[in-house]
Amino acid sequence: MSGKDRINIFPSRMALTLLKGRLKAAQTGHNLLKKKADALQLRFRQILKRIIETKQKMGDIMKDAQFSLAEAKFAVGNDINAVVLQNVTKAQTKVRTKKDNVAGVNLPSFECYQDGSDSYELAGLSRGGQQLAKLKKNYARAIELLVELASLQTSFITLDEVIKITNRRVNALEHVVIPKIERTLAYVTSELDEMEREEFYRLKKIQEKKKQIKDAREKELALLKAQGLIIESANILEDEHDDDILF
Amino acid sequence: MALTGNIPGKGKLIAVIGDEDTCVGFLLGGIGEVNRAKNPNLNFLVVDRNTVTSEIEDTFRAFLKRGDIDIILINQNIAERVRHVIDVHKDPIPAVLEIPSKDNPYDPSKDSIMRRARGVLGGD
Repeated sequence: MSGKDRINIFPSRMALTLLKGRLKAAQTGHNLLKKKADALQLRFRQILKRIIETKQKMGDIMKDAQFSLAEAKFAVGNDINAVVLQNVTKAQTKVRTKKDNVAGVNLPSFECYQDGSDSYELAGLSRGGQQLAKLKKNYARAIELLVELASLQTSFITLDEVIKITNRRVNALEHVVIPKIERTLAYVTSELDEMEREEFYRLKKIQEKKKQIKDAREKELALLKAQGLIIESANILEDEHDDDILF
Repeated sequence: MALTGNIPGKGKLIAVIGDEDTCVGFLLGGIGEVNRAKNPNLNFLVVDRNTVTSEIEDTFRAFLKRGDIDIILINQNIAERVRHVIDVHKDPIPAVLEIPSKDNPYDPSKDSIMRRARGVLGGD
């Protein structure tokens, strides 16, 4: 509670105004950050719910896709794996990133799009073309869902991080910065009061001293006068003994 | 096409680490790309019985570093083998998604993200 947990500052009136400004700023910042944290938390919970839903959906869609792969294998023959793995050229499905702004936080979100031609156009030309088409469609659906899931997940991680930072700031302001400023403020006020009292006391003391000196001199003067050693000079301000000169 | 991967904001790739069937499926879905300038020059890894764990780890790390990959799909049973590498990766991009494989149904309790989500929600 002593010198360590308050700001090192000379107690003066200017410092007091300065500190008051700082306290006000800290409180405003604290309120704003708290609001931001709440907004982020809201969004975070929404995303979390959607992630869990989508993950569950993914299980079903992947099962469908895998089943259609088995179908296609049955129709085309087992050598399809080798053909597909060997014939990789360019990606047809790609992802794009978009930025989504929530309370000043940039959340990346993915979006998949088709680009270029299908490099497996001729696969399954002799047998099982239909199954292959179905297989492609199923996997395209799976990819779409996974891309959506990926963007949710990225938002989740980013938000998690930002929420942690914001909460840390809110707590730091609430429990460290603001009490510190308040303590310093109290210190400066008490010090200023103390100074004022000192000043007042000094004033009284001086008055007292002056009065003492004056009394002593008067006493001395009176004594001398009584002994006749001193003749009081005429007081030019006193009217009564002053005769009019002109009239 | 080799250029697009390097420019941020342009089309990024999806990478797959999985068993043969998973890879074949997604390749048919049209995500495979060969790029001789990159290492590894394929954006997928077929894991079979003979693939050693260190190879999966190396490929996964290489995918993280490549820069033109935004999403990494990995079979859950394979993710289990390299769990420590996945848990270390905390950045939002590239996103790592665990997907079920043919022989292993999806188990939400093992997923890194689901575990984290559960931690936030408080066990419901």
